[in-house]
Amino acid sequence: MATPVNKEDAFSQFLLRMGDNTLILGHRVSEWCGHAPVLEEDIALANTALDLIGQTQMWLGLAAEVQGEGKSADDLAFLRDAWDFRNVLLCEVPNGDFGRTLMRQFLFDAWHSIQLGRLMKSSDERVAAIAEKASKEVAYHLERSADTVVGLGDGTEESHRRMQEALDYLWPYVGEMFQSDEADAEMVKAGIAPDPASLREEYDVLVSRILGDATLIIPDSSFAHKGGRTGAMHTEHLGHLLTQMQWLQRAYPGAKW
Amino acid sequence: MSQAIAQPNIDQIWEWLDAVPDPEIPVISLVDLGIIRDVAWEGETLVVTVTPTYSGCPATSVIAMDIETALRDHGITDLRLKTQISPAWTTDWLSEKGRTKLEEYGIAPPQPAGGPEKCPHCGSTRVTKVSQFGSTPCKAHWRCQDCLEPFDYFKCI
Ligand SMILES: [Zn+2]
Repeated sequence: MATPVNKEDAFSQFLLRMGDNTLILGHRVSEWCGHAPVLEEDIALANTALDLIGQTQMWLGLAAEVQGEGKSADDLAFLRDAWDFRNVLLCEVPNGDFGRTLMRQFLFDAWHSIQLGRLMKSSDERVAAIAEKASKEVAYHLERSADTVVGLGDGTEESHRRMQEALDYLWPYVGEMFQSDEADAEMVKAGIAPDPASLREEYDVLVSRILGDATLIIPDSSFAHKGGRTGAMHTEHLGHLLTQMQWLQRAYPGAKW
Repeated sequence: MSQAIAQPNIDQIWEWLDAVPDPEIPVISLVDLGIIRDVAWEGETLVVTVTPTYSGCPATSVIAMDIETALRDHGITDLRLKTQISPAWTTDWLSEKGRTKLEEYGIAPPQPAGGPEKCPHCGSTRVTKVSQFGSTPCKAHWRCQDCLEPFDYFKCI
């Protein structure tokens, strides 16, 4: 994989990372539509997915504009293959049970809310505007996922056990959100985005507090799966997700709503 | 050659837009909702600036179509819709008229405190939150402990 060196490539990389995170997680969350344990949760998950997909439209729309090849956000979403995606692996892991879905949401929302807060001060006003819009929605996502993680973690014996299992399974996917490469360095230099590593301290404080309230124990390991945000290696799950998500545009190229 | 007809004035156009209902909550208008940020003539072209409520709100494209249809019905054919995401839409932009109409319709208007002031059906202040998310992205789901009716609360963002 070529390392982006100039600012345009790095900017495009950054925008794909933002947009692919929200696209892939939004799709995963939408898989719950009609299947959640209770109606209120079904509605909440569908609304969360909708927000994330709406944010994708803005990030990938800007990515397409920056790339300047005449593509649209839809082209980027539906016509790229797995190796072109730049989402972190956390977003593509399967839903598992309801508890794991909400744990994944919380671990992502906590990062997302801090990242968007920083991006609101971006030197690129388009990035700052998207971040301003998205951060209002993400504040609600975080409030709900944190409440649910506490409710289930500090709940019954079974819900506690499932949430601890979810945390043990997902924790190795957290580290990737804070890894940096040359593209990130380029973004820091241009004042467009923060160094991912610089978000870690604030993240750990927030996550430790909520998981503590949830009576859950953070695994004592710093091992991190990686390869999603660089595109070097996704999990096998992404390809399966894309066959679902991209099916219509692949089978009927150019089909319109 | 375009015909030399007088351009309708801006106040008139705001009035027309105030007659276009929100597709999801038809008792309030698009102007009440606060999503129409500007109306201006740029030469022969009328430019209407619209700010989306939630980024994934499925009503957004319907709203654009409704604006176009309404203005075309009033004879405006040279029209451009401009989407503006910053400053981000806030419920502070709901009009007073809109807030009153929401409550009459059974939807509790947004409050800075983050929850409804009272039940829109019986006026009781004994209300509890069921879920931060309701029937549309802009609403949360609450219940009254006195009349026991569920109701929508227009979320403050
Ligand atoms: Zn009541």
